[in-house]
Amino acid sequence: MAVIAELWCVALLLGTAVLAVIVRAPAASRAVYGVTLAATLIGFAAAFSTAVAGTTAVTLPLGLPWIGARFRVDMLSAFFLIVVNLGAAAACLYGFGYGRHEHEPKRVLPFFPAFLAGMNLVLLADDAFTFLVSWEFMSLSSWALVMSHHREPGNAYAGYVYIIMASVGTLALLLGFGLLAGPYGFYGFAEMRANAATPMSAGLVLGLALFGAGSKAGLVPLHVWLPLAHPAAPSHVSALMSGLMTKVAVYAFLRIVFDLLGPPEWWWAVPVLAVGGVTTVLGVLYALMQNDLKRVLAYSTIENIGLVFVGLGLALAFAASGFPAAAALALTAALFHVFNHALFKSLLFFGAGAVLTATGERNMERLGGLIHAMPVTSVVVLVGCVAISALPPLNGFASEWLAFQAILLSPQLPQWGLKLLVPAVGALLALAAALAAACFVRMFGIVFLGRPRTPAAAQAREVDRWSQSAMIIVAAMCLIAGILPGAVIDGLAPVVQSLVHDRMPVQLGIPWLSTIPIAESRSSYNGLLVFLFVTASASLAAYAIHHLASHAVRRAPAWDCGFPNAGLATQYTADSFAEPIRRVFGAYVFRAREHVDMPPPGDVRPAKLTVERHDLAWEFIYGPIAAGVSLAADRLNRMQFLTIRQYLSLVFLALVSLLLVLALWP
Amino acid sequence: MAVIPALVVQGTQMLLVLLLAPLLTGFVRKVKARLVRRLGPPVLQPYLDLLRLLRKEAVLAENASWLFRVIPYLIFATTWVAAALVPTFAIGLLFSWTADLIAIIALLGAARFFLALAGMDVGTSFGGIGSSREVMFATLAEPAMIMIVFTLALIAGSTQLSSIAGLMLSSGVGLRVSLGLALIALIMVALAENARVPVDNPATHLELTMVHEAMVLEYSGRHLAVIELAASLKLLLYMSLIACVFLPWGLAVPGTGVTALLVGMVAYAAKLAVGGFLLATFETAIAKMRVFRVPDFLGAALMLGLLATLLRFVSRSF
Repeated sequence: MAVIAELWCVALLLGTAVLAVIVRAPAASRAVYGVTLAATLIGFAAAFSTAVAGTTAVTLPLGLPWIGARFRVDMLSAFFLIVVNLGAAAACLYGFGYGRHEHEPKRVLPFFPAFLAGMNLVLLADDAFTFLVSWEFMSLSSWALVMSHHREPGNAYAGYVYIIMASVGTLALLLGFGLLAGPYGFYGFAEMRANAATPMSAGLVLGLALFGAGSKAGLVPLHVWLPLAHPAAPSHVSALMSGLMTKVAVYAFLRIVFDLLGPPEWWWAVPVLAVGGVTTVLGVLYALMQNDLKRVLAYSTIENIGLVFVGLGLALAFAASGFPAAAALALTAALFHVFNHALFKSLLFFGAGAVLTATGERNMERLGGLIHAMPVTSVVVLVGCVAISALPPLNGFASEWLAFQAILLSPQLPQWGLKLLVPAVGALLALAAALAAACFVRMFGIVFLGRPRTPAAAQAREVDRWSQSAMIIVAAMCLIAGILPGAVIDGLAPVVQSLVHDRMPVQLGIPWLSTIPIAESRSSYNGLLVFLFVTASASLAAYAIHHLASHAVRRAPAWDCGFPNAGLATQYTADSFAEPIRRVFGAYVFRAREHVDMPPPGDVRPAKLTVERHDLAWEFIYGPIAAGVSLAADRLNRMQFLTIRQYLSLVFLALVSLLLVLALWP
Repeated sequence: MAVIPALVVQGTQMLLVLLLAPLLTGFVRKVKARLVRRLGPPVLQPYLDLLRLLRKEAVLAENASWLFRVIPYLIFATTWVAAALVPTFAIGLLFSWTADLIAIIALLGAARFFLALAGMDVGTSFGGIGSSREVMFATLAEPAMIMIVFTLALIAGSTQLSSIAGLMLSSGVGLRVSLGLALIALIMVALAENARVPVDNPATHLELTMVHEAMVLEYSGRHLAVIELAASLKLLLYMSLIACVFLPWGLAVPGTGVTALLVGMVAYAAKLAVGGFLLATFETAIAKMRVFRVPDFLGAALMLGLLATLLRFVSRSF
């Protein structure tokens, strides 16, 4: 029984968390990561067995008395369990080495397995109560991890913003489940599935699910906490939060909208597509403007989540209009991207952690030239960068390609609104893909290439073997998923089948292991052959040139244009690299302005260039809300300084108004 | 199944693009020189340049990394594979289904990704300026290209270049507004992608105005040769792309004999000559624009592409 095995894993994780609080041995770190690794691997295997054994469910006498908590593993939760436990296992392996550099391990060790247990429980829950309790447990344990380095500047603020947004998001989910439960309050998922919601309440539930799950996943404009909180945690926890917890949020959206809410309406796709499309472009544009290495990655998570939601929106549109095959393609693209992003975002956060360990720096402007000191890390991070930039033959391209194929099927949609929206969203996706490539050229180029900008970067050393092996394994998985996308697509087929009642054609039987979403005359892609052709022609060219022409190499100073001894500061920086893009896009998106303060001739003070950039989500949404809250707090504050007579009259007024309500209540 | 002849034809195409690419570059240079009444270098000069560079030792900057030495071959390989997948004289080749048009664009994107990294490896300001501007151009050129692909794919019902060319060849398409918009956008993107005037100047020697040349400034010897060859291949690729979609006449269809293939090759050579001549004329007639005018230029291409796609979405007849 897969569900029993999964629950035992959760129990093991929770037990580890408790033991990590109690035990004070110096080797506790190794033990915690070791047991957690074992638990996640078992969870991974058990989730796989669901593909064979089918759905399993169990009710445990936990939680509310006489009611119990219901758990269930079906295809959808099994897929997400696989993603979460796979990413978590890599993070544990990484933690073996990375965890040793932790100054205060007690602040991390208990919460790490607890956080994993929370994510697993959300995926296992089969009633709204268990789901929400697990969701809150997941939020709170990750909040504790965000706060583990609470003395570093900015982290306490990040935790504060995070907990507010998490609470608001959970509130939305709570209300959504309340609507789904209907007038009789059936809070089990099976009953919700059986009860068809009215069109009105279904629309409300969609909005609430988009808000609740979207705030956890980082959809614009609910993303503001994410780039603060994800980088604040230790790097392997950042990998869990960015790579996996956002996927749990996607799961929540899928569970509510695709599973519990009943057959979709076409207009549901409109908000999902619009929000997803805007999120992809804004997320990556924000990422391009950041100088903090981990914050770049956090913003890029927002972009990728947008892409996933575009896929989900397309799937909704196709499913509502009666094109199940196209819906299966769009949903496969979204789920494939969920899998891919979990891999390469974990990889990149591991790489960021390695850079942090080696140099103590997260600011890209203070790094550079790490490729010489950290050969392994630089190779695996390069693999991650190529993958996340959606370049063939790695896995990011495969899912992006499927998403484009799904968009190309959408002219058959009958609704005019979608006919106009989908091409615009397609353009946004293409724009985001190109911007992502720019973003990761910038990240890799500034951090790993060039000359070291500070002594810390110059003295970097390669990280430990545990961290290296974790990164190598994940990088290899990125490559395998990229050159054999057919295997992943076939693996996703039962999940897709369970949600939209159709699946993509079987891919593994196609000659040469090609990927053919619809028909060969329509489109096909062969990651394996592209990989082989590129590798073969590159090696052939290198071999031929080295043997037939020349292989001599001479080292010389770089071309200095006649001005020798160019200092380190003459290199391009992260800011200057992004300057053209900021000028092209930032003037509208960030209202970016540049002010040059040029001293008059004769004045010897340095000239100054100030760049101002605004986050419009803060200015137009959160700023007014915060101002309103503090205004209300100010006004209510006066209530604390009244005389006893005024308090008594207040009590009397409250009593009268309550009695009035009672009298007027029908 | 006749695998051997199919393999031979595919191999011929791979070698053909590799061998023709420098010739096209030399031809364009020669025509440009003649148009301004210079004598110009011989048409075969690019081959001689490549051979000369290949025989020379490679001078590397002192802090160049291993990546700097690997990247030329990666750029060459991705560009060559992409160029070999675009139909030149025949459609439906053995491996034509390996990558559709989106994948070909992405392969070129990969080449650009690595080239931009190479520009940043040595840590000079020229490399940085080139990379930074190149990725800025790419952020508009790539989505524009994807929109053009969308338009073609929606007309042909396929992203396979062979299928698109086959449909265009069957002349059931006729003149369409969306095709016209896509052609204009594609020419604009092709000019930008190949670093031609008015976006960039392939013959410039002033560092501050360079984009492509600034990124490869540190390269020499065999590395430079391979990168130059890749650049020629890219020019050939875009010409083949425009030719096979908008001027498909003469393309040999699968299952035809040697005669058809030869006709296809002659037609291909004629198309390249016309294309090269037009490119040279255009470049001679126009001035290079400022760097920050390029986003307007490419933004226009993106909007044209989006408009063409929208037209295809709302109506089947445009």
